[in-house]
Amino acid sequence: MNESPLLRVEDLQVSYNTPTGIVNAVSGVSFELGREKLGIVGESGSGKSQTGRAILGLTATGGLVRAQRLEFDGKDLLNADARTMRRIRGNRISMIMQDPKYSLNPVMSIGAQIEEAFLVHHPSSKDEARERTLDMLRAVKIRAPERVYKAYPHEVSGGMGQRVMIAMMMIPEPDIIIADEPTSALDVTVQLQVLAVLDDMLSERGMGLIFISHDLNLVASFCDRILVMYGGKVVEECAAADLEQAKHPYTRGLLNCLPSLDGGSDELPVLRRDPSWLNATEVP
Amino acid sequence: MIDIRNLDVIFGHGSKLHHAVRDFSMKIEAGQSYGLVGESGSGKTTVLRALAGLLDRVARVSGDMSVAQEQLQGQQRSREFRRRVQMVFQDPFGSLHPRHTVDTILSEPARVHRLDRIEDRVVQALEEVGLDASFRFRYPHQISGGQRQRVSVARALITEPEIVLLDEPTSALDVSVQAEVLNLLMRLKRDHGLTYVLVSHNLAVIAHMCEALSVMQNGGVVETMGVQQLRDHTPAMPYTQQLMTASLGSDRAAIDAFEEFA
Ligand SMILES: Nc1ncnc2c1ncn2[C@@H]1O[C@H](COP(=O)(O)OP(=O)(O)OP(=O)(O)O)[C@@H](O)[C@H]1O
Ligand SMILES: Nc1ncnc2c1ncn2[C@@H]1O[C@H](COP(=O)(O)OP(=O)(O)OP(=O)(O)O)[C@@H](O)[C@H]1O
Ligand SMILES: [Mg+2]
Ligand SMILES: [Mg+2]
Repeated sequence: MNESPLLRVEDLQVSYNTPTGIVNAVSGVSFELGREKLGIVGESGSGKSQTGRAILGLTATGGLVRAQRLEFDGKDLLNADARTMRRIRGNRISMIMQDPKYSLNPVMSIGAQIEEAFLVHHPSSKDEARERTLDMLRAVKIRAPERVYKAYPHEVSGGMGQRVMIAMMMIPEPDIIIADEPTSALDVTVQLQVLAVLDDMLSERGMGLIFISHDLNLVASFCDRILVMYGGKVVEECAAADLEQAKHPYTRGLLNCLPSLDGGSDELPVLRRDPSWLNATEVP
Repeated sequence: MIDIRNLDVIFGHGSKLHHAVRDFSMKIEAGQSYGLVGESGSGKTTVLRALAGLLDRVARVSGDMSVAQEQLQGQQRSREFRRRVQMVFQDPFGSLHPRHTVDTILSEPARVHRLDRIEDRVVQALEEVGLDASFRFRYPHQISGGQRQRVSVARALITEPEIVLLDEPTSALDVSVQAEVLNLLMRLKRDHGLTYVLVSHNLAVIAHMCEALSVMQNGGVVETMGVQQLRDHTPAMPYTQQLMTASLGSDRAAIDAFEEFA
């Protein structure tokens, strides 16, 4: 795992010029991604999605992206032209967006959408594309692949839509997958099964994964390493297995907010934010 | 308070026919919080939509449903029913009109139900969910995911309902906002004696919030239990036991031993 990293991010900054002033969505994030599973956690608005989007050149218009370095496989992404970025997106790095139903085309059947993603990178016959699409739907544990193949996005449940997105991102077999809350609508059993399929593909093909999630237990048990974000910065980094022993008061605060399966219906502790967290430099 | 017997819901025809809910029954007392968990696609949202009367012309629905001793007729619902029973939808991004301000989103149900003092109600509902008046004239894209979800809860509360159907109210939220929303739901229940039906994939959320629950799979109920059984990790059915194992986190050996329950 210690060969040259797939992705190098150094001092990434994303800011928006809005009528009410400058919003710093990401303010100085640095990390490297190897052939590993990197989790990113942190509260709503901490800059997780904006980090993922900036890597892929998908920052919304009006957003300014700066970095000391933003490199994929030795190639500079920051100054890459639109054509190069298009080729990298989907083919070599793909992203599973946070809102699956927004990302799917509402007037195109699900089967046709996955086939399209397959055909872009694997020119082949219509029959083969169909077979691969059905295989992929089975792989993400869709119970009735034939029905879902023909269905439109509004005809599937929340969790089925997410699995369709996952299938679409896996089918081109990219080098890096950036998955933004990919399984938040899945029941826990299917969630783990789908992640196991993804995990197999990652290790077979030596891919890297950036896994953005609110689910601290899941990230701790599934990923190798975790970045904790707050206010556009990485405030703590740790091995996934050590998340329980995290030191930063913010990370501890997040862990304390979790309800317990063993019950207790008292008030849950809520996070008390401390402005000084924003000044502290990253805990290496 | 809520009594559903032998509910069946069928979508589509021919090769697209899908029997989404099969012989589903559920009984909920007034003031209870009742959990609904289970496999993705097993019909949880569909049960809530059938109860709320949102499946007219979308699906064929049969079975007996009554709410507060009133027998419901098909998917027709009285205006009074629609005031008393509110739903918070699964998708906080899709369920708020993108070009309506928070103020418009909140006043609309009050207007539909011809309530008085609309402005007071809007301000009060926002206050109840912990949003100050500065949020009133913002659009959904100008507030965070957690704030959007609180607006959805506020919208459900504005008509002073007795029953609130909550479909994954916190799955899109980070854990700190989840804690705030769950505390809020608990407080509202205490203050207003609400009855909740709560759909969630998160068993800890159910264990924290509910008194009883049903586990669904493939359109039907696998198991119904009191919350203590869940907290003691002693469900009766293998499907539920597997769900509990899965909720402990990713463990490859356990995953490879998962069974299919059809
Ligand atoms: N187009 C935009 N214009 C102005 N500010 C924006 C824009 N997009 C995002 N932001 C701001 O950037 C910050 C980081 O947003 P981001 O979406 O990365 O959060 P996140 O960590 O993914 O949160 P969540 O867990 O809710 O998805 C937020 O404060 C957000 O309001
Ligand atoms: N409008 C529709 N037309 C056709 N089929 C539908 C429609 N709505 C739902 N279904 C089907 O009914 C089944 C149950 O869906 P439902 O949304 O109730 O599942 P769910 O238990 O809420 O799942 P999730 O946990 O993933 O949200 C699914 O197989 C879905 O494809
Ligand atoms: Mg995000
Ligand atoms: Mg649902």
